[in-house]
Amino acid sequence: MTIVTQAPVAQETSPVTDRASARAFVDTFIVPYAEAYDQAGYIPEELLDRMAEAGLWAPFLPEEVGGAGMDLVTLGEVHEEVGRGCSSVRSLLTVHTMVSWAVQRWGSAAQRQKWAPALAKGEVLGAFCLSEPGAGSDTSGITTTAVQSGTGWVINGGKKWITGGQRADLYLVFARTASSIGAFLVPRESPGVGVRPIDDMLGTRASMLAEVTFDDVRLDADALLGPSGFTAGMVLTGTLDLGRYSVAAGSVGIIQACLEASATYTSAREVGGSVLRDLPLIQAKLSDMVTDARAARLLLAEAGRLKDAGEASTIMATWVAKYFASTAAARHASEAVQIHGANGCSPDYPVARFYRDAKVMEIIEGSNEIQRITIAGQADREVTS
Amino acid sequence: MPNTAESQILAFVRSRYPQAEITGDQDIFSLGFVNSLFAMELVMFVEKTFEVTIPNEELRIDNFRTAGSMAELVGRLSEELAA
Ligand SMILES: Cc1cc2nc3c(=O)[nH]c(=O)nc-3n(C[C@H](O)[C@H](O)[C@H](O)COP(=O)(O)OP(=O)(O)OC[C@H]3O[C@@H](n4cnc5c(N)ncnc54)[C@H](O)[C@@H]3O)c2cc1C
Repeated sequence: MTIVTQAPVAQETSPVTDRASARAFVDTFIVPYAEAYDQAGYIPEELLDRMAEAGLWAPFLPEEVGGAGMDLVTLGEVHEEVGRGCSSVRSLLTVHTMVSWAVQRWGSAAQRQKWAPALAKGEVLGAFCLSEPGAGSDTSGITTTAVQSGTGWVINGGKKWITGGQRADLYLVFARTASSIGAFLVPRESPGVGVRPIDDMLGTRASMLAEVTFDDVRLDADALLGPSGFTAGMVLTGTLDLGRYSVAAGSVGIIQACLEASATYTSAREVGGSVLRDLPLIQAKLSDMVTDARAARLLLAEAGRLKDAGEASTIMATWVAKYFASTAAARHASEAVQIHGANGCSPDYPVARFYRDAKVMEIIEGSNEIQRITIAGQADREVTS
Repeated sequence: MPNTAESQILAFVRSRYPQAEITGDQDIFSLGFVNSLFAMELVMFVEKTFEVTIPNEELRIDNFRTAGSMAELVGRLSEELAA
């Protein structure tokens, strides 16, 4: 295994409170090492600790539990910046965000007290466990079960492709109960939890994916998060909504990173006596990157604004933002590699990583196809006459 | 129709399902409209519009069957808030 060395420890960590401070953090502690993380296939503990010091893990949690009460528009900007630097780090942030949000939104006072402060500080890192070997897009196909036993629960089954699964301390596990699908908070150290690393993925290679198994895992009653019955699905819907928002933000970050790399490269590289950026076909690619970066950012900000306002329409706005941003990221990452020629295919430039990471964005948190199916359901609502 | 909680909720449901003909006492679940996405939208709409927080134990199907039952829930939660 390649060992990743981090920035000099002497460098101070400032709190991340907005886009500018996030950008400074990412440029200092992430961008110079992202390629090495990707090749090593993991994120070093030192960076995870620095993120905790900077208050990056769950700044949207309220101040009383140790968060910063950050609004979601700003959170989107922060996740964009992290995504610009490294999609693997952003992925870890996404799943931790999902778990923290779920605890805050659906937890009882006791559950919030138990978990929120440690999640806010990044002392406990969360992972989101929904997908299984046999069930991805079709979440109704999950077979992991949670059976009531005395006052508690017993969980059996296996989850796959769990981002951060190798490192997480707390799993939010979706399991089939007698009446519906329930969400369970499962500490990693619970007897019966097994973790098998998944290596060598196409993209987000350092996001420490794992297969997580549950073999007669016994939990207390307070492991069940949120309502049971018909609204239990809302825990999943709401959690995925925030994950989708974060992935949309990360995708905007990828577009921006492609734009920045391409702008730099095309102003230096000469072909046939002119720099690349003076060639009309290259200009067409750059103009589309500039335009889509702005459009995606605006869609994200609108979804965030609606979240901050508590508007129901944020859910569809988030689908639209994620669909637009992820497909644009995949398109522009491909063009960024094209613009860089052979250099773009080498590890000497970051665009090959962007290209691989961008493809993942079209699959996670609702694949392209599922997004289009869902957004098509909006068509009728858009008819104004 | 006066601008009651029930009529506001009905208007929201109709805006989401423009083709459907729905009345205040009709079971929206039996019409097959409700998926978890819509349930989430509905809860957010009710919380935002009527400035209430619906606790987990009130997230029961009977409270959400009809626009009328949702309006009753809103009334109850608003009273608790005022008390
Ligand atoms: C890097 C990475 C990280 C991940 N992290 C997590 C995680 O942290 N937690 C977690 O729970 N899961 C995670 N996943 C899993 C991810 O959520 C699933 O891969 C995703 O939901 C798609 O499911 P699937 O892979 O089983 O594809 P399938 O559901 O088998 O779909 C295969 C293809 O068919 C398409 N398809 C499916 N249904 C339809 C339809 N009705 N009409 C048309 N086309 C359709 C899909 O879009 C896809 O292209 C991760 C995946 C990756 C790659």
